[in-house]
Amino acid sequence: MAKEQLMPYEQAIERFEVVIGLEVHVELNTASKMFCGCANNFGSEPNTNVCPTCLGLPGSLPAVNRKAIESSIAIGLALDCQIAESGRFSRKNYFYPDLAKNFQTSQYDEPIAYEGKISVELETGERFEVPIERAHMEEDAGKLTHVGGATGRIQGAEYSLVDYNRAGVPLVEIVTKPIYGAEDKAPELAATYVRVIRDIVKAMDVSDAKMERGNVRCDANVSLREKGAEKLGTRTETKNVNSLRSVENAVRYEIQRQAHILAAGGSIIQETRHWHEDRGHTSAGRPKSDADDYRYFPEPDLVPVQPSLEWIEEIRKTLPENPALRRKRLQEAWGFADLEFRDVFNSDLLDEVEQTVAAGASPQSARKWWTGELARLANAQGVSITELAITPGQVAEIQKLIDAGELTDRIARDVVAGVLAGEGEPSQVIESRGLRVVTDEGALIAAIDKALASQPDVLEKIRDGKLQAAGAVIGAVMQEMRGQADAARVRELILERAK
Amino acid sequence: MSEITPDLVRHLASLARILVTDEEVDQLAGELAVIVDSVAMVNQAVSGDVVATSHPIPMVNVYREDVILPSLTQEQALSGAPESADGRFKVNAILDED
Repeated sequence: MAKEQLMPYEQAIERFEVVIGLEVHVELNTASKMFCGCANNFGSEPNTNVCPTCLGLPGSLPAVNRKAIESSIAIGLALDCQIAESGRFSRKNYFYPDLAKNFQTSQYDEPIAYEGKISVELETGERFEVPIERAHMEEDAGKLTHVGGATGRIQGAEYSLVDYNRAGVPLVEIVTKPIYGAEDKAPELAATYVRVIRDIVKAMDVSDAKMERGNVRCDANVSLREKGAEKLGTRTETKNVNSLRSVENAVRYEIQRQAHILAAGGSIIQETRHWHEDRGHTSAGRPKSDADDYRYFPEPDLVPVQPSLEWIEEIRKTLPENPALRRKRLQEAWGFADLEFRDVFNSDLLDEVEQTVAAGASPQSARKWWTGELARLANAQGVSITELAITPGQVAEIQKLIDAGELTDRIARDVVAGVLAGEGEPSQVIESRGLRVVTDEGALIAAIDKALASQPDVLEKIRDGKLQAAGAVIGAVMQEMRGQADAARVRELILERAK
Repeated sequence: MSEITPDLVRHLASLARILVTDEEVDQLAGELAVIVDSVAMVNQAVSGDVVATSHPIPMVNVYREDVILPSLTQEQALSGAPESADGRFKVNAILDED
């Protein structure tokens, strides 16, 4: 499909006011599903975590997972929401094979949490208070795979395959009120907001919070209106934005696309759109159904949820430190410059660095490992850094050996490679690969003498003040020692020789 | 008599994924109007201060603990499916992106 025409971003912002609204779905990490005892587990064989209830078979009845309610209330409290005295479930009726029962159990008129707010700080330090309309509970749908068709596009698909393992997994949907006044920062604010939500649910341990696995998903509503206009413009809802970068890009794209249409005198169609990160644009999906079309009605098989004040207060006590406050505390404790800290934070490595420091490494060395060598290795392997087969404790152990002079940085990288290759703990890798710094000065001096013998003019050059001449000898010695010498020490020894 | 237009019938039919002919649309429009009117008569029987009932028994807070129970096997799960492939339910391609 041809790309749509866009107005240059600065021009669009100049002319129109941007209003955004965000819906974030958070998959809870309960052991079992929302309404049945099937495992809530990612990556199982298809249709093995299913039962009559989540398959919607006749005669089955749902039963609400207490932990899911607890996590939902906790999310509500973390977002500064009111918790409903009485909430109930409703059926959202639609016919689509991602749910076999032809409705999604959701909440409609009585969500568990409502009227909250959350503070979002942009990279520039600018703060926005994002108003939360509601957070409600619902169940996730199954996963469809479209098969056939030349380009894998749905239009060409011959059939679809359905896996219901995800059907019935508990979700909390967090809906903002319209967010005004972000102007040119709207795309960044949207992405940062999603990140804040993700950090909160991760810190609370109510969700695995992995965006790449769809644990946290965002639908972004965007509308424009002429500056000074009262009436809100027609909005589009972009779905399928499952990374922070996609959120930012999709919002920016919609602003430019809508601005072009409005400026040409056209009108925006209210519809869902799909974001294609690879191609960097959105495409039209189905026209948005009205809420009426879902014929919501109270779920007759479930009774209202009326959490007691005592229960709510108990849950409140379990809330962890606010992530924003935690960041401030950690930056001070570690003594990182803003740029250093942002590097760690933006790479999602706060936990890793914190645990590495707790295991005995200095903050600076922990930072260098995670944002340097380990980030590089993860990138090379095409995995997220938390999926690397190395623990913060192991990183700290390796760093301690460097500090003690038993490993050089270069040898330490071999140790890391060994740990990642599944060769065991650092000490085992060192043992089996024979990786230790050669501290035997006699051996070093013998290697230096051997190198000097084949490059007799080096000592003269050094005595003439050409210290860089030592480089060639260092290289030869390191080769002789199979890299396991401390290059700085070798250099010292060569310079001593030249005296 | 409630007004159920042919367009409304067609809209409802498409939401319900039911194919209807023009004759059926006309017939259903008449029948649905009668049904809607009949249900609306409930409003005459109760006064405005009666709260709608969604559950006949005044019960709240019924939960189960977050414990994994045995699921069906893949074979059992798919046993009632008209068609399946690769351990999944096979359905017609749908002209809508999920």
